[in-house]
Amino acid sequence: MTKIMTGYEAVAEAVKACNPDVIPAYPITPQTDIVERISEMVADGELTSEYVRVDSEFNAASTAIGASAAGARTFTATCSQGLKLMSEPLFSAAGMRLPLVLAIANRSLSAPLSIWGDHTDTFAERDGGMIQFYAEDLQEAMDNIAIAYRVAEDKDISLPALSCLDGFILTHVQEEVDPFTQKEIEEFLPERDPVNTLDPSDPTTMGAYARPEHWTETRYVVHRAVKRSKEKIGKAVEEFADIFDREYGLEYNGLVETYRADDAEVLIVALGSVCGTTRYVVDEYRDMGEKVGMVRPRVYRPFPEKELARALEGAESIAVMEKDISLGYQGGLAIDIKSMLYSNGSKIPVLNYIVGLAGRDVSKENIRNVVEGAKEVKGKDPTDLDFDDEERWEPLRKELISEDDM
Amino acid sequence: MGDDRFNHEEDLFCPGHRACPGCGAALTSKFVTEVTGPNTIMSMPTGCMEVTTTPYPESAWGISWIHNIFENAAAVAGGIERAYRSFKRRGKKGYTDYDDVNFVVLAGDGATFDIGIRSLSGMMERGHDVLYICYDNEAYMNTGIQRSSSTPIGASTTTSPAGKESLGEDIHKKDMPSIAAAHGLEYIATASIAYPEDFKKKVEKALEIEGPKYIQIFAPCPRGWRHESKNSIKIARLAVETGLYPIYEMENGEITNVKKLKERKPVEEYLKAQGRFKHLFKQEGGDKVVEELQSIADHNAKKIGIDK
Repeated sequence: MTKIMTGYEAVAEAVKACNPDVIPAYPITPQTDIVERISEMVADGELTSEYVRVDSEFNAASTAIGASAAGARTFTATCSQGLKLMSEPLFSAAGMRLPLVLAIANRSLSAPLSIWGDHTDTFAERDGGMIQFYAEDLQEAMDNIAIAYRVAEDKDISLPALSCLDGFILTHVQEEVDPFTQKEIEEFLPERDPVNTLDPSDPTTMGAYARPEHWTETRYVVHRAVKRSKEKIGKAVEEFADIFDREYGLEYNGLVETYRADDAEVLIVALGSVCGTTRYVVDEYRDMGEKVGMVRPRVYRPFPEKELARALEGAESIAVMEKDISLGYQGGLAIDIKSMLYSNGSKIPVLNYIVGLAGRDVSKENIRNVVEGAKEVKGKDPTDLDFDDEERWEPLRKELISEDDM
Repeated sequence: MGDDRFNHEEDLFCPGHRACPGCGAALTSKFVTEVTGPNTIMSMPTGCMEVTTTPYPESAWGISWIHNIFENAAAVAGGIERAYRSFKRRGKKGYTDYDDVNFVVLAGDGATFDIGIRSLSGMMERGHDVLYICYDNEAYMNTGIQRSSSTPIGASTTTSPAGKESLGEDIHKKDMPSIAAAHGLEYIATASIAYPEDFKKKVEKALEIEGPKYIQIFAPCPRGWRHESKNSIKIARLAVETGLYPIYEMENGEITNVKKLKERKPVEEYLKAQGRFKHLFKQEGGDKVVEELQSIADHNAKKIGIDK
């Protein structure tokens, strides 16, 4: 039975259904409401997890790491500065192959301080061996929690997973969602069966240090596990569809979703909630007879290069519209997509639109500008594009910037 | 052959690790495991003991042992402890009973006094059933003898070297046991590798108490303190006998069991045995630092009640 609820409630409901053993919690806007809602569930006896009120995000991650090493299912949530503070233990958790599931209420990184959303926080964690899911709406934010547990705790994967939803835009909006029933979740998500535990009945050494003769191979194995998680996500999404009757990019291993993309000449690539608005704009263009479509990666790491290559094939121009900027180059998603297209021998021109940083609204008008920009470079050879012209900010309020800084 | 001293079959901290001869931390590790026995999960931060005992694919540990990063050993232990509490409450099969597991942290002073103090404070405040043992060798030894907030004044380290304008470390050693006490711990103790039976009794006593416990053991580092390996125990004993490192218990905030001394030795005897203090006896102004160290010993004696 569907219910109207907020994003933070949807995530909390999903966590409750997945029933973690240990939940370390620390507040940060706009994630706080997730752990608040969970604390209410614990206070009311609806959830029997160990709820640990820790002293920092650093120790939320560290407590989850200890519990996961012991064999427990864990959950915590954070974003922005909090994710930065977790970064060191999270990289180490991936290296130690400890499954963790985190909800991330995506938010910008200081400075300047801002509580509003973009993807710069999770993109900064790109290289750490964490699986990253991005939700477009509340139902997906809820469903990704269960999928994240399935994949993260799979014995062949055993890695941390970040289930991302846009701060405020998704966490604090209300939508109709279909919560998991006990029967559904039991069928989809088995109890955690860890590869190793710290139980004294069979003593283990975890987290030994490696010298140069072993380190590279240790890293390679983690890298392979992250890559291998693609198949596992595909399988999980397929089974999810069978049990819950909700589908996420089944044609693309559950890693990529497309919208009116098959015959599209212009493709917009975007992550997360902005895809909702993008669908409207795509429909407008289609109504005018213009072949515009959208490609939405659901997963950023592992990078779904083959699926994206297939989804983008045949386009005459691509605009990667993202809430990230790798200062000194371009947005992270555009960088990866261009790298993939090069290896694929593609000659599609790619523009990189930086949008919606720190919660700036991305309107239909902005997205129309992105489409118009992409239309202008249709069919051009990528070498005809000026490097500096590939990167565009939609919009950039030039009146706020001194001439010296332009 | 046939000599029991060389039979390590039952050891939980095994020979073959890479710690230096005379390492106080290695002795501490041995003493700790002798008391805890096998039903133990140890969390250890990055540091000398971590790197010397677990060079992959080897491990000196016969107990379950985990290292994650430098500054989170207490929180990792707290997570493990909560996991076991949850397993017991939820009746999860395949796990040793919560009440039968010793949750222990063994950490150096850098990981305790400095970089890991947030994790330690949080663990103590939340009341995790964890015994935190700090092996105190008064500097960052693993990275090459840099000062920590445990380094005593006058000690020459690689980041507080003695020089024309310097008499070594110029900031007083942080009083960690008092910081632990401020968290309302039921049991706190200081100890020294020179008195292994005393230390082992303290570990045993601590493990019987539910909740967080803190023990700080004085553990000389021959390499860092510039003394011969054979003198580690002697120097550890001198630290106690001079009053510079008093050993005591603190139960519910009250000092309860102090190692008393009939006659305290002058601090010079302790300082002269170590290269890290030798400049104090050569450089102008060194005598003032020695006087200050003596006044610290005198203050300890008064505050803690060392003198018989």
